[in-house]
Amino acid sequence: MSVESLKCKECGTAYELDARYVCENCFGPLEVAYDFSGLDAAEAKRRIQAGSQGIWRYRDFLPFKGRASDPLEPGLTPLLRADRLAERLGVAAEIWIKNDAANPTHSFKDRVVAVAVAKAKELGFETVACASTGNLANAVAAHAAAAGLDSYVFVPANLEEQKLLATGVYGTNLVGVRGNYDDVNRLCTQLAETHPWAFVNVNLRPYYAEGSKTLAYETVEQLGWELPDRVVSPIASGSLFTKLGRGFQEWLDLGLVEGEQPTFNGAQAQGCSPVATAFAEGWDVCKPQRPETIAKSLAIGDPADGPYAVEHARRTGGGVDAVSDQEIREGIKLLAETTGIFTETAGGVTVGVLRKLAERGEIGDGERVVVYITGEGLKTLDATRDTFQMHEIDPALESFEAEFPQEVAV
Amino acid sequence: MSVTVKIPTQLRAATGGQAELEVEGSTVGEVLDAVFDAHGGLRDRITQDGDLRRFVNVYVSGEDIRFQQGLETSINDGDEVTILPAVAGGC
Repeated sequence: MSVESLKCKECGTAYELDARYVCENCFGPLEVAYDFSGLDAAEAKRRIQAGSQGIWRYRDFLPFKGRASDPLEPGLTPLLRADRLAERLGVAAEIWIKNDAANPTHSFKDRVVAVAVAKAKELGFETVACASTGNLANAVAAHAAAAGLDSYVFVPANLEEQKLLATGVYGTNLVGVRGNYDDVNRLCTQLAETHPWAFVNVNLRPYYAEGSKTLAYETVEQLGWELPDRVVSPIASGSLFTKLGRGFQEWLDLGLVEGEQPTFNGAQAQGCSPVATAFAEGWDVCKPQRPETIAKSLAIGDPADGPYAVEHARRTGGGVDAVSDQEIREGIKLLAETTGIFTETAGGVTVGVLRKLAERGEIGDGERVVVYITGEGLKTLDATRDTFQMHEIDPALESFEAEFPQEVAV
Repeated sequence: MSVTVKIPTQLRAATGGQAELEVEGSTVGEVLDAVFDAHGGLRDRITQDGDLRRFVNVYVSGEDIRFQQGLETSINDGDEVTILPAVAGGC
Protein backbone atom coordinates (compact mmCIF):
# COMPACT_ATOMS: atom_id res chain seq x y z
CA MET A 1 0.00 0.00 0.00
CA SER A 2 1.62 3.23 -1.09
CA VAL A 3 1.69 6.19 -3.36
CA GLU A 4 2.60 4.90 -6.79
CA SER A 5 2.82 7.51 -9.56
CA LEU A 6 1.29 10.56 -11.17
CA LYS A 7 -1.34 9.60 -13.71
CA CYS A 8 -3.11 11.64 -16.39
CA LYS A 9 -6.82 11.92 -15.63
CA GLU A 10 -7.59 12.08 -19.34
CA CYS A 11 -5.40 9.47 -21.03
CA GLY A 12 -3.90 7.50 -18.14
CA THR A 13 -0.21 8.07 -18.97
CA ALA A 14 1.90 7.53 -15.83
CA TYR A 15 4.78 9.72 -14.62
CA GLU A 16 7.34 9.74 -11.82
CA LEU A 17 6.36 11.40 -8.55
CA ASP A 18 8.15 14.70 -9.18
CA ALA A 19 7.15 18.34 -9.64
CA ARG A 20 4.90 18.17 -12.70
CA TYR A 21 1.21 18.68 -13.32
CA VAL A 22 0.45 18.35 -17.02
CA CYS A 23 0.38 15.30 -19.27
CA GLU A 24 2.85 15.69 -22.12
CA ASN A 25 0.64 13.65 -24.43
CA CYS A 26 -2.72 15.32 -24.09
CA PHE A 27 -2.24 18.27 -21.70
CA GLY A 28 -4.65 16.68 -19.23
CA PRO A 29 -4.19 17.19 -15.47
CA LEU A 30 -2.10 14.71 -13.50
CA GLU A 31 -3.42 13.09 -10.36
CA VAL A 32 -1.70 11.01 -7.69
CA ALA A 33 -2.28 7.26 -8.07
CA TYR A 34 -2.01 4.88 -5.10
CA ASP A 35 -1.71 1.16 -4.71
CA PHE A 36 -4.08 0.31 -1.90
CA SER A 37 -3.90 -3.44 -2.42
CA GLY A 38 -3.37 -5.17 0.88
CA LEU A 39 -5.01 -2.38 2.86
CA ASP A 40 -7.10 -3.80 5.67
CA ALA A 41 -10.02 -1.49 6.46
CA ALA A 42 -10.16 -2.27 10.18
CA GLU A 43 -6.41 -1.81 10.56
CA ALA A 44 -6.53 1.45 8.55
CA LYS A 45 -9.24 2.78 10.87
CA ARG A 46 -7.16 1.93 13.91
CA ARG A 47 -4.14 3.72 12.46
CA ILE A 48 -6.25 6.79 11.79
CA GLN A 49 -7.71 6.85 15.28
CA ALA A 50 -4.27 6.44 16.84
CA GLY A 51 -2.89 9.22 14.65
CA SER A 52 -2.32 12.92 15.16
CA GLN A 53 -5.08 15.44 15.87
CA GLY A 54 -5.04 16.81 12.35
CA ILE A 55 -4.68 15.84 8.70
CA TRP A 56 -1.60 13.66 9.19
CA ARG A 57 -3.83 11.05 10.81
CA TYR A 58 -4.80 10.28 7.18
CA ARG A 59 -1.18 9.82 6.06
CA ASP A 60 -1.95 6.44 4.47
CA PHE A 61 -4.09 8.32 1.94
CA LEU A 62 -1.71 11.19 1.25
CA PRO A 63 1.08 11.30 -1.36
CA PHE A 64 4.14 10.59 0.76
CA LYS A 65 6.43 7.62 0.94
CA GLY A 66 8.09 8.73 4.15
CA ARG A 67 6.77 10.48 7.21
CA ALA A 68 5.51 13.90 6.20
CA SER A 69 5.03 16.50 8.85
CA ASP A 70 4.21 20.13 9.27
CA PRO A 71 4.63 22.31 12.34
CA LEU A 72 1.35 24.06 11.55
CA GLU A 73 -0.85 21.00 11.24
CA PRO A 74 -4.39 21.82 10.07
CA GLY A 75 -7.51 19.68 10.24
CA LEU A 76 -9.98 18.07 12.62
CA THR A 77 -12.08 21.20 12.45
CA PRO A 78 -15.53 21.16 14.09
CA LEU A 79 -18.54 19.52 12.45
CA LEU A 80 -21.56 21.13 14.08
CA ARG A 81 -25.23 20.21 13.95
CA ALA A 82 -27.18 23.31 12.87
CA ASP A 83 -30.79 22.70 13.90
CA ARG A 84 -31.65 26.38 14.13
CA LEU A 85 -30.43 26.91 10.57
CA ALA A 86 -32.58 23.97 9.41
CA GLU A 87 -35.55 25.50 11.19
CA ARG A 88 -35.03 28.90 9.54
CA LEU A 89 -34.78 27.17 6.18
CA GLY A 90 -37.99 25.25 6.90
CA VAL A 91 -36.48 21.83 6.24
CA ALA A 92 -36.86 18.64 8.26
CA ALA A 93 -33.29 17.63 7.50
CA GLU A 94 -30.13 17.22 9.56
CA ILE A 95 -27.92 20.14 8.58
CA TRP A 96 -24.28 19.95 9.60
CA ILE A 97 -21.72 22.74 9.26
CA LYS A 98 -18.11 21.75 8.67
CA ASN A 99 -16.40 24.87 9.94
CA ASP A 100 -13.06 24.86 8.15
CA ALA A 101 -12.38 28.45 9.12
CA ALA A 102 -11.05 26.80 12.31
CA ASN A 103 -7.67 26.09 10.70
CA PRO A 104 -4.32 27.81 11.44
CA THR A 105 -4.81 30.57 8.84
CA HIS A 106 -8.61 30.40 8.98
CA SER A 107 -9.47 28.65 5.73
CA PHE A 108 -9.45 25.16 4.21
CA LYS A 109 -6.34 26.17 2.26
CA ASP A 110 -4.19 25.10 5.20
CA ARG A 111 -4.98 21.50 4.24
CA VAL A 112 -3.74 21.72 0.67
CA VAL A 113 -0.77 23.91 1.56
CA ALA A 114 0.37 21.63 4.40
CA VAL A 115 0.53 18.77 1.89
CA ALA A 116 2.19 20.88 -0.82
CA VAL A 117 4.82 22.38 1.50
CA ALA A 118 5.68 18.96 2.94
CA LYS A 119 6.04 17.69 -0.63
CA ALA A 120 8.17 20.70 -1.60
CA LYS A 121 10.53 19.88 1.27
CA GLU A 122 10.64 16.21 0.29
CA LEU A 123 11.51 17.17 -3.30
CA GLY A 124 14.25 19.52 -2.11
CA PHE A 125 12.75 22.91 -3.01
CA GLU A 126 13.89 25.97 -1.06
CA THR A 127 11.21 28.37 -2.26
CA VAL A 128 7.47 27.90 -2.42
CA ALA A 129 5.06 30.11 -4.36
CA CYS A 130 1.43 30.38 -5.38
CA ALA A 131 -1.19 32.21 -7.44
CA SER A 132 -3.92 33.12 -5.00
CA THR A 133 -7.26 34.80 -4.50
CA GLY A 134 -6.26 35.46 -0.87
CA ASN A 135 -6.79 32.49 1.42
CA LEU A 136 -4.09 30.50 -0.31
CA ALA A 137 -1.75 33.47 0.03
CA ASN A 138 -2.29 33.50 3.81
CA ALA A 139 -1.66 29.78 4.04
CA VAL A 140 1.44 29.64 1.82
CA ALA A 141 3.06 32.58 3.62
CA ALA A 142 2.37 31.04 7.03
CA HIS A 143 3.36 27.45 6.27
CA ALA A 144 6.52 28.62 4.47
CA ALA A 145 7.43 30.67 7.53
CA ALA A 146 6.81 27.70 9.83
CA ALA A 147 8.85 25.39 7.61
CA GLY A 148 11.69 27.87 7.13
CA LEU A 149 11.26 28.15 3.35
CA ASP A 150 11.31 31.32 1.25
CA SER A 151 8.04 32.23 -0.42
CA TYR A 152 6.59 34.31 -3.23
CA VAL A 153 2.88 34.95 -3.15
CA PHE A 154 1.09 36.37 -6.22
CA VAL A 155 -2.38 37.90 -5.83
CA PRO A 156 -4.62 40.31 -7.73
CA ALA A 157 -3.54 43.76 -6.50
CA ASN A 158 -7.13 44.76 -5.68
CA LEU A 159 -7.61 42.02 -3.08
CA GLU A 160 -9.40 42.65 0.25
CA GLU A 161 -7.08 44.54 2.61
CA GLN A 162 -7.57 41.95 5.38
CA LYS A 163 -6.22 39.20 3.13
CA LEU A 164 -3.20 41.30 2.13
CA LEU A 165 -2.40 42.11 5.77
CA ALA A 166 -2.84 38.49 6.83
CA THR A 167 -0.29 37.50 4.19
CA GLY A 168 2.37 40.17 4.50
CA VAL A 169 2.70 39.68 8.24
CA TYR A 170 4.49 36.36 7.72
CA GLY A 171 7.40 38.01 5.93
CA THR A 172 6.70 36.62 2.47
CA ASN A 173 7.41 38.33 -0.85
CA LEU A 174 3.89 39.57 -1.50
CA VAL A 175 3.34 40.46 -5.16
CA GLY A 176 0.15 42.30 -6.17
CA VAL A 177 -0.46 41.78 -9.89
CA ARG A 178 -2.45 44.44 -11.76
CA GLY A 179 -5.07 42.07 -13.19
CA ASN A 180 -7.62 39.46 -12.12
CA TYR A 181 -6.92 35.99 -10.74
CA ASP A 182 -6.78 34.42 -14.19
CA ASP A 183 -4.07 36.93 -15.18
CA VAL A 184 -2.15 36.06 -11.99
CA ASN A 185 -2.51 32.39 -12.77
CA ARG A 186 -1.23 32.77 -16.33
CA LEU A 187 1.78 34.69 -15.07
CA CYS A 188 2.52 32.01 -12.46
CA THR A 189 2.20 29.23 -15.06
CA GLN A 190 4.91 31.04 -17.04
CA LEU A 191 7.06 31.74 -13.97
CA ALA A 192 6.87 28.07 -12.98
CA GLU A 193 8.65 27.24 -16.26
CA THR A 194 11.60 29.50 -15.59
CA HIS A 195 12.05 29.49 -11.80
CA PRO A 196 13.13 26.57 -9.61
CA TRP A 197 10.22 27.14 -7.25
CA ALA A 198 7.51 24.91 -5.91
CA PHE A 199 4.32 26.63 -7.05
CA VAL A 200 1.86 24.86 -4.80
CA ASN A 201 -1.04 25.14 -7.24
CA VAL A 202 0.94 24.88 -10.46
CA ASN A 203 3.79 22.37 -10.57
CA LEU A 204 2.85 20.79 -7.22
CA ARG A 205 -0.86 20.90 -7.96
CA PRO A 206 -1.42 17.11 -8.05
CA TYR A 207 -0.10 16.79 -4.47
CA TYR A 208 -1.65 20.02 -3.22
CA ALA A 209 -5.12 18.99 -4.40
CA GLU A 210 -4.86 15.74 -2.43
CA GLY A 211 -5.02 17.77 0.79
CA SER A 212 -8.70 18.49 0.13
CA LYS A 213 -9.56 14.80 0.48
CA THR A 214 -8.96 15.13 4.21
CA LEU A 215 -12.17 17.18 4.44
CA ALA A 216 -14.11 14.17 3.17
CA TYR A 217 -12.31 11.76 5.50
CA GLU A 218 -12.98 13.97 8.52
CA THR A 219 -16.64 14.28 7.62
CA VAL A 220 -17.00 10.50 7.55
CA GLU A 221 -15.10 10.04 10.79
CA GLN A 222 -17.02 12.81 12.59
CA LEU A 223 -20.35 11.36 11.46
CA GLY A 224 -19.40 8.10 13.18
CA TRP A 225 -17.99 6.44 10.02
CA GLU A 226 -21.03 7.24 7.95
CA LEU A 227 -21.55 9.26 4.79
CA PRO A 228 -23.75 12.32 4.43
CA ASP A 229 -26.66 12.10 1.95
CA ARG A 230 -25.80 15.46 0.42
CA VAL A 231 -22.94 17.93 0.48
CA VAL A 232 -22.98 21.60 -0.41
CA SER A 233 -19.57 22.99 -1.29
CA PRO A 234 -18.27 26.15 -2.92
CA ILE A 235 -16.67 25.90 -6.36
CA ALA A 236 -13.81 28.12 -7.51
CA SER A 237 -11.48 25.98 -9.64
CA GLY A 238 -13.57 22.90 -8.83
CA SER A 239 -10.66 21.10 -7.16
CA LEU A 240 -12.13 20.99 -3.63
CA PHE A 241 -15.47 19.80 -5.00
CA THR A 242 -13.97 16.94 -7.00
CA LYS A 243 -11.51 15.92 -4.28
CA LEU A 244 -14.32 15.67 -1.72
CA GLY A 245 -15.85 13.18 -4.13
CA ARG A 246 -12.59 11.33 -4.50
CA GLY A 247 -12.07 11.16 -0.74
CA PHE A 248 -15.51 9.59 -0.21
CA GLN A 249 -14.97 7.22 -3.14
CA GLU A 250 -11.61 5.95 -1.87
CA TRP A 251 -13.09 5.01 1.47
CA LEU A 252 -16.13 3.44 -0.17
CA ASP A 253 -13.88 1.36 -2.44
CA LEU A 254 -11.67 0.31 0.45
CA GLY A 255 -14.54 -0.55 2.77
CA LEU A 256 -13.80 2.10 5.42
CA VAL A 257 -17.36 3.30 4.99
CA GLU A 258 -20.50 1.82 3.45
CA GLY A 259 -23.20 3.42 1.35
CA GLU A 260 -23.00 5.54 -1.73
CA GLN A 261 -21.50 8.79 -2.96
CA PRO A 262 -23.51 11.74 -1.54
CA THR A 263 -25.44 14.08 -3.82
CA PHE A 264 -23.09 16.96 -4.67
CA ASN A 265 -24.34 20.54 -4.85
CA GLY A 266 -21.82 23.15 -5.95
CA ALA A 267 -22.04 26.84 -5.11
CA GLN A 268 -20.84 29.77 -7.18
CA ALA A 269 -21.41 33.52 -7.25
CA GLN A 270 -23.46 34.81 -10.17
CA GLY A 271 -20.67 37.26 -10.92
CA CYS A 272 -18.31 34.36 -11.58
CA SER A 273 -20.26 31.24 -12.49
CA PRO A 274 -18.51 29.38 -15.33
CA VAL A 275 -19.18 26.00 -13.69
CA ALA A 276 -22.84 26.72 -12.85
CA THR A 277 -23.32 27.94 -16.43
CA ALA A 278 -21.71 24.83 -17.93
CA PHE A 279 -23.94 22.67 -15.71
CA ALA A 280 -27.09 24.55 -16.69
CA GLU A 281 -26.23 24.50 -20.39
CA GLY A 282 -25.23 20.85 -20.48
CA TRP A 283 -21.67 21.64 -21.63
CA ASP A 284 -18.67 19.45 -20.82
CA VAL A 285 -16.27 22.41 -20.88
CA CYS A 286 -16.48 25.71 -19.01
CA LYS A 287 -16.52 28.93 -20.98
CA PRO A 288 -14.31 31.40 -19.12
CA GLN A 289 -15.81 34.53 -17.58
CA ARG A 290 -14.48 37.83 -16.30
CA PRO A 291 -15.28 37.80 -12.58
CA GLU A 292 -17.33 40.59 -11.02
CA THR A 293 -18.38 39.52 -7.53
CA ILE A 294 -17.79 40.26 -3.87
CA ALA A 295 -16.85 36.59 -3.43
CA LYS A 296 -13.25 37.18 -4.45
CA SER A 297 -11.99 33.89 -3.07
CA LEU A 298 -14.20 32.14 -5.63
CA ALA A 299 -13.44 34.55 -8.48
CA ILE A 300 -11.78 32.15 -10.89
CA GLY A 301 -13.15 32.79 -14.36
CA ASP A 302 -11.27 29.91 -15.99
CA PRO A 303 -11.64 26.99 -13.56
CA ALA A 304 -9.06 24.23 -14.10
CA ASP A 305 -11.21 21.43 -12.67
CA GLY A 306 -14.50 22.88 -13.90
CA PRO A 307 -15.27 20.04 -16.32
CA TYR A 308 -14.73 17.42 -13.60
CA ALA A 309 -16.88 19.36 -11.14
CA VAL A 310 -19.73 19.45 -13.69
CA GLU A 311 -19.34 15.71 -14.28
CA HIS A 312 -19.37 14.91 -10.57
CA ALA A 313 -22.47 17.03 -9.91
CA ARG A 314 -24.27 15.25 -12.75
CA ARG A 315 -23.12 11.78 -11.77
CA THR A 316 -24.37 12.17 -8.18
CA GLY A 317 -27.73 13.68 -9.15
CA GLY A 318 -26.77 17.06 -7.74
CA GLY A 319 -26.19 20.39 -9.41
CA VAL A 320 -24.31 23.66 -9.45
CA ASP A 321 -26.15 26.88 -8.54
CA ALA A 322 -25.18 30.53 -8.42
CA VAL A 323 -26.31 33.31 -6.08
CA SER A 324 -26.22 37.10 -6.27
CA ASP A 325 -24.03 39.40 -4.16
CA GLN A 326 -27.12 40.28 -2.11
CA GLU A 327 -27.85 36.60 -1.49
CA ILE A 328 -24.20 36.15 -0.45
CA ARG A 329 -24.55 38.88 2.21
CA GLU A 330 -27.80 37.32 3.40
CA GLY A 331 -26.13 33.91 3.53
CA ILE A 332 -23.34 35.24 5.77
CA LYS A 333 -25.92 36.76 8.11
CA LEU A 334 -28.16 33.69 8.14
CA LEU A 335 -25.26 31.44 9.15
CA ALA A 336 -24.04 33.88 11.80
CA GLU A 337 -27.50 34.35 13.32
CA THR A 338 -28.33 30.65 13.50
CA THR A 339 -24.97 29.02 14.29
CA GLY A 340 -22.65 31.65 15.70
CA ILE A 341 -20.23 31.10 12.83
CA PHE A 342 -19.02 34.17 10.95
CA THR A 343 -17.95 33.16 7.47
CA GLU A 344 -16.39 35.02 4.57
CA THR A 345 -18.13 35.66 1.25
CA ALA A 346 -17.40 32.14 -0.04
CA GLY A 347 -19.40 30.77 2.92
CA GLY A 348 -22.15 33.23 2.08
CA VAL A 349 -22.23 31.73 -1.41
CA THR A 350 -22.49 28.21 0.01
CA VAL A 351 -25.24 29.07 2.51
CA GLY A 352 -27.03 31.05 -0.22
CA VAL A 353 -27.13 27.94 -2.40
CA LEU A 354 -28.26 25.80 0.55
CA ARG A 355 -31.15 28.23 1.00
CA LYS A 356 -31.99 27.97 -2.70
CA LEU A 357 -32.10 24.18 -2.51
CA ALA A 358 -34.38 24.43 0.54
CA GLU A 359 -36.69 26.89 -1.22
CA ARG A 360 -36.91 24.63 -4.25
CA GLY A 361 -37.85 21.69 -2.00
CA GLU A 362 -34.80 19.68 -3.04
CA ILE A 363 -33.73 18.80 0.50
CA GLY A 364 -35.70 15.77 1.61
CA ASP A 365 -37.05 15.04 5.10
CA GLY A 366 -34.48 13.30 7.26
CA GLU A 367 -31.65 13.95 4.80
CA ARG A 368 -28.22 14.44 6.30
CA VAL A 369 -26.61 17.47 4.66
CA VAL A 370 -23.03 18.65 5.23
CA VAL A 371 -22.28 22.25 4.33
CA TYR A 372 -18.62 23.19 3.84
CA ILE A 373 -17.70 26.57 5.29
CA THR A 374 -14.23 27.19 3.92
CA GLY A 375 -13.21 30.58 5.28
CA GLU A 376 -13.43 33.22 7.99
CA GLY A 377 -15.65 36.32 8.06
CA LEU A 378 -12.96 38.59 9.47
CA LYS A 379 -11.14 38.34 6.13
CA THR A 380 -13.98 39.94 4.13
CA LEU A 381 -15.32 42.58 6.48
CA ASP A 382 -16.62 44.82 3.69
CA ALA A 383 -19.35 42.29 2.95
CA THR A 384 -20.95 42.82 6.36
CA ARG A 385 -20.48 46.58 6.54
CA ASP A 386 -23.81 48.44 6.73
CA THR A 387 -25.85 45.26 7.26
CA PHE A 388 -26.77 46.30 10.82
CA GLN A 389 -26.82 49.37 13.00
CA MET A 390 -24.98 50.15 16.21
CA HIS A 391 -26.89 51.98 18.97
CA GLU A 392 -24.69 54.84 20.19
CA ILE A 393 -25.57 56.28 23.62
CA ASP A 394 -24.12 58.37 26.45
CA PRO A 395 -22.77 56.50 29.48
CA ALA A 396 -25.99 57.15 31.45
CA LEU A 397 -28.99 54.99 32.33
CA GLU A 398 -31.43 57.53 30.88
CA SER A 399 -29.60 57.47 27.61
CA PHE A 400 -29.84 53.67 27.41
CA GLU A 401 -33.52 53.69 28.36
CA ALA A 402 -34.28 56.37 25.82
CA GLU A 403 -32.69 54.21 23.14
CA PHE A 404 -34.39 51.00 24.36
CA PRO A 405 -37.74 52.09 25.86
CA GLN A 406 -38.96 48.49 25.88
CA GLU A 407 -36.11 47.60 28.27
CA VAL A 408 -36.86 50.22 30.97
CA ALA A 409 -36.30 48.64 34.39
CA VAL A 410 -39.37 48.25 36.60
CA MET B 1 2.01 38.06 -41.11
CA SER B 2 4.93 36.75 -39.08
CA VAL B 3 4.15 35.84 -35.50
CA THR B 4 6.02 34.38 -32.52
CA VAL B 5 4.47 31.32 -30.89
CA LYS B 6 5.57 30.42 -27.35
CA ILE B 7 5.72 26.72 -26.62
CA PRO B 8 5.35 25.50 -22.99
CA THR B 9 8.02 23.20 -21.58
CA GLN B 10 5.64 20.23 -21.62
CA LEU B 11 5.48 20.36 -25.43
CA ARG B 12 9.09 21.08 -26.25
CA ALA B 13 9.94 17.44 -26.79
CA ALA B 14 7.83 17.77 -29.94
CA THR B 15 9.65 20.90 -31.15
CA GLY B 16 13.17 19.59 -30.65
CA GLY B 17 13.50 21.72 -27.53
CA GLN B 18 12.53 25.03 -29.17
CA ALA B 19 10.68 27.41 -26.83
CA GLU B 20 9.64 29.86 -29.56
CA LEU B 21 8.63 29.37 -33.15
CA GLU B 22 8.29 31.96 -35.91
CA VAL B 23 5.43 31.21 -38.31
CA GLU B 24 3.05 32.96 -40.71
CA GLY B 25 -0.71 33.33 -40.35
CA SER B 26 -3.52 35.85 -40.05
CA THR B 27 -5.73 33.96 -37.59
CA VAL B 28 -4.96 31.74 -34.58
CA GLY B 29 -6.14 28.72 -36.58
CA GLU B 30 -3.75 29.50 -39.43
CA VAL B 31 -0.90 30.09 -37.01
CA LEU B 32 -1.49 26.75 -35.31
CA ASP B 33 -1.72 24.98 -38.68
CA ALA B 34 1.66 26.47 -39.58
CA VAL B 35 3.05 25.24 -36.26
CA PHE B 36 1.69 21.73 -36.94
CA ASP B 37 3.19 21.77 -40.46
CA ALA B 38 6.59 22.43 -38.92
CA HIS B 39 6.19 20.03 -35.98
CA GLY B 40 3.66 17.32 -36.78
CA GLY B 41 3.83 15.81 -33.29
CA LEU B 42 2.08 18.82 -31.81
CA ARG B 43 -1.22 18.49 -33.64
CA ASP B 44 -2.67 15.63 -31.59
CA ARG B 45 -1.36 17.02 -28.35
CA ILE B 46 -3.07 20.37 -28.76
CA THR B 47 -6.14 19.52 -30.82
CA GLN B 48 -8.76 16.80 -31.01
CA ASP B 49 -11.21 16.51 -33.93
CA GLY B 50 -10.08 19.90 -35.23
CA ASP B 51 -10.75 21.77 -32.00
CA LEU B 52 -8.49 22.73 -29.12
CA ARG B 53 -8.30 20.08 -26.41
CA ARG B 54 -10.21 21.08 -23.30
CA PHE B 55 -7.13 21.60 -21.15
CA VAL B 56 -5.24 23.84 -23.59
CA ASN B 57 -5.33 27.61 -23.29
CA VAL B 58 -4.21 29.89 -26.13
CA TYR B 59 -3.55 33.59 -25.65
CA VAL B 60 -2.95 36.33 -28.21
CA SER B 61 -0.77 38.96 -26.57
CA GLY B 62 -2.00 37.92 -23.14
CA GLU B 63 -5.70 37.68 -24.01
CA ASP B 64 -7.48 34.30 -23.86
CA ILE B 65 -8.84 33.53 -27.35
CA ARG B 66 -12.08 32.24 -25.82
CA PHE B 67 -12.86 35.88 -24.96
CA GLN B 68 -12.30 36.65 -28.65
CA GLN B 69 -13.22 34.63 -31.74
CA GLY B 70 -11.51 31.37 -30.75
CA LEU B 71 -9.47 29.88 -33.58
CA GLU B 72 -10.85 32.63 -35.86
CA THR B 73 -9.24 35.35 -33.72
CA SER B 74 -7.23 37.56 -36.03
CA ILE B 75 -3.54 38.22 -35.56
CA ASN B 76 -1.99 41.66 -35.84
CA ASP B 77 1.59 42.44 -36.63
CA GLY B 78 3.76 42.01 -33.53
CA ASP B 79 1.25 39.82 -31.69
CA GLU B 80 2.57 36.93 -29.67
CA VAL B 81 0.69 33.63 -29.43
CA THR B 82 1.17 31.73 -26.16
CA ILE B 83 0.10 28.14 -25.57
CA LEU B 84 -0.28 27.15 -21.90
CA PRO B 85 -1.74 24.28 -19.90
CA ALA B 86 -5.19 25.10 -18.52
CA VAL B 87 -4.93 22.93 -15.45
CA ALA B 88 -2.97 25.30 -13.23
CA GLY B 89 -4.21 27.22 -10.27
CA GLY B 90 -7.23 27.33 -8.11
CA CYS B 91 -8.61 26.02 -4.96
